[in-house]
Amino acid sequence: MRDVAVVSFAQSPSRRQVLERNEVEILMPVVREAVERSGIEKKEIGFICSGSSDYVAGVPFSFVMSLDAVGAWPPVCESHLEMDAAWALYEAWVKIQVGEQDSALIYGSGKSSMCNISEVLSRQLDPYYMGPLWPDAMSLAALQARLLLETGRFSERDLAEVVVRSRRNAKQNPCAQLAGDLDLDELLAEPMIASPLRKHDCAPISDGAAAVMLAAGDLARSVCERPAWIAGIDHRIEAHDLGVRDLTQSVSTALAAEKAGLWRAPVEIAELCAPFSHQELILREAMRLGEEVKVNPSGGALCANPVMAAGLIRIGEAAERIRSGAAGRAVAHATSGPCLQQNLVCVLEAR
Amino acid sequence: MSKPVKSISTPIRLDYTYAAGEATARFLRGLARKKIIGQRCPVTGKVYVPSAGASPTHGVPTTGEVEVSDKGTITTFCIVRIPAAGLSVKPPFVAASVLLDGADIPMFHVVDECPVEEARMGMRVQAVWVPDQEIGPTLRSIKYFKPIDEPDADFDSYKEHL
Repeated sequence: MRDVAVVSFAQSPSRRQVLERNEVEILMPVVREAVERSGIEKKEIGFICSGSSDYVAGVPFSFVMSLDAVGAWPPVCESHLEMDAAWALYEAWVKIQVGEQDSALIYGSGKSSMCNISEVLSRQLDPYYMGPLWPDAMSLAALQARLLLETGRFSERDLAEVVVRSRRNAKQNPCAQLAGDLDLDELLAEPMIASPLRKHDCAPISDGAAAVMLAAGDLARSVCERPAWIAGIDHRIEAHDLGVRDLTQSVSTALAAEKAGLWRAPVEIAELCAPFSHQELILREAMRLGEEVKVNPSGGALCANPVMAAGLIRIGEAAERIRSGAAGRAVAHATSGPCLQQNLVCVLEAR
Repeated sequence: MSKPVKSISTPIRLDYTYAAGEATARFLRGLARKKIIGQRCPVTGKVYVPSAGASPTHGVPTTGEVEVSDKGTITTFCIVRIPAAGLSVKPPFVAASVLLDGADIPMFHVVDECPVEEARMGMRVQAVWVPDQEIGPTLRSIKYFKPIDEPDADFDSYKEHL
């Protein structure tokens, strides 16, 4: 296996609605910042891979327009995924592993303010049985949360504690959309929007973008003082039909964690993409993260959730803490599909 | 034996609130004033119209605002003989790439007031605007392009923009 590292990361501030800029205009400064910080010249970048969704943008082939944010001249080697850009990073990592390239730019963007994101996400369900019922993302997550509470493993208070900690952590994150000190009992007194979930249990609607630069071996060492090496990365998917899954566990996360070598050594930090508070609890169990692991120091998706970038941001946030020396080993996670259907685990470390 | 179910209908409707962004908003507002506003790439100096706000070759913001002419040259065209929804003209009609004077990339539109067999590369055309009361921030403010009484443009003048 080739050594591959995250050598730079940039993100836009997440906002509820960015009216004054289109997706390309949000992406441009983010891409430029990631490339400049990497120390790799734009023309030297071997591969470009992005994640975004036409359903979110409401525009066919919107990723072709987004490529304007990079400036594809002379012609570039490029690929796009209709997924969170964390999977674009996985594709780029594979591309570097097979020896085709030594570096890659990965970016993701989403402007959920332009659509009804909860309805749009229902379009990823099967088109015959579930899709026609239009179950919105919050209702499906609430079904999962109810099942989880009924197991007796967690209480509503545990959900609220996730929110309190996330918002408190986000105070240190200038790109976060929601941050502050919340009172646990006040949260529990708030009304439910899809029981047992309250508004604060759900990720905000966000407009935003992020970009990461990957580099292999000697190139990474030459441009970056302390690269965040990818010790392991894996992704796994569960069945499409929600009825055949045990929604109170994430077996796909556990398997991806095992394949990524998460448990070979302890991690200090975990950046988990949990758009609903109860999902963080499921993920922590699946990844066997103990109390000693600092979870979502950035505030996580509950404080900023630009879809198609939120997973990549987890990898970027974890990598930044390795590069700054704040952590020696960290894990990042991304998710896709309803109720944590598909999960990606990326272990990063300093060497 | 029950009859097989051969298909089901599951209608989908999704509504969007599109944010045009800075550069496209300038272009659209220009159309409402019968002006065609392009954007200049600060690196190459090329004028893009319409622009999404980024230089597609260099990935930098197109900051310079440039008004281009509503006259231009057909760089390539085709004759459409099948009807399509929402068109302002009836088939057969000419769909053309029009390189507006002052712009560096052609824009697509339809050409009317022109027998289809007369359409040709190099033909000079001008925008026909909808009546004032229908003008708005949309490309539909230009009804179509029509031929004008100017000699054809020399091939060399647009060969870089094909």
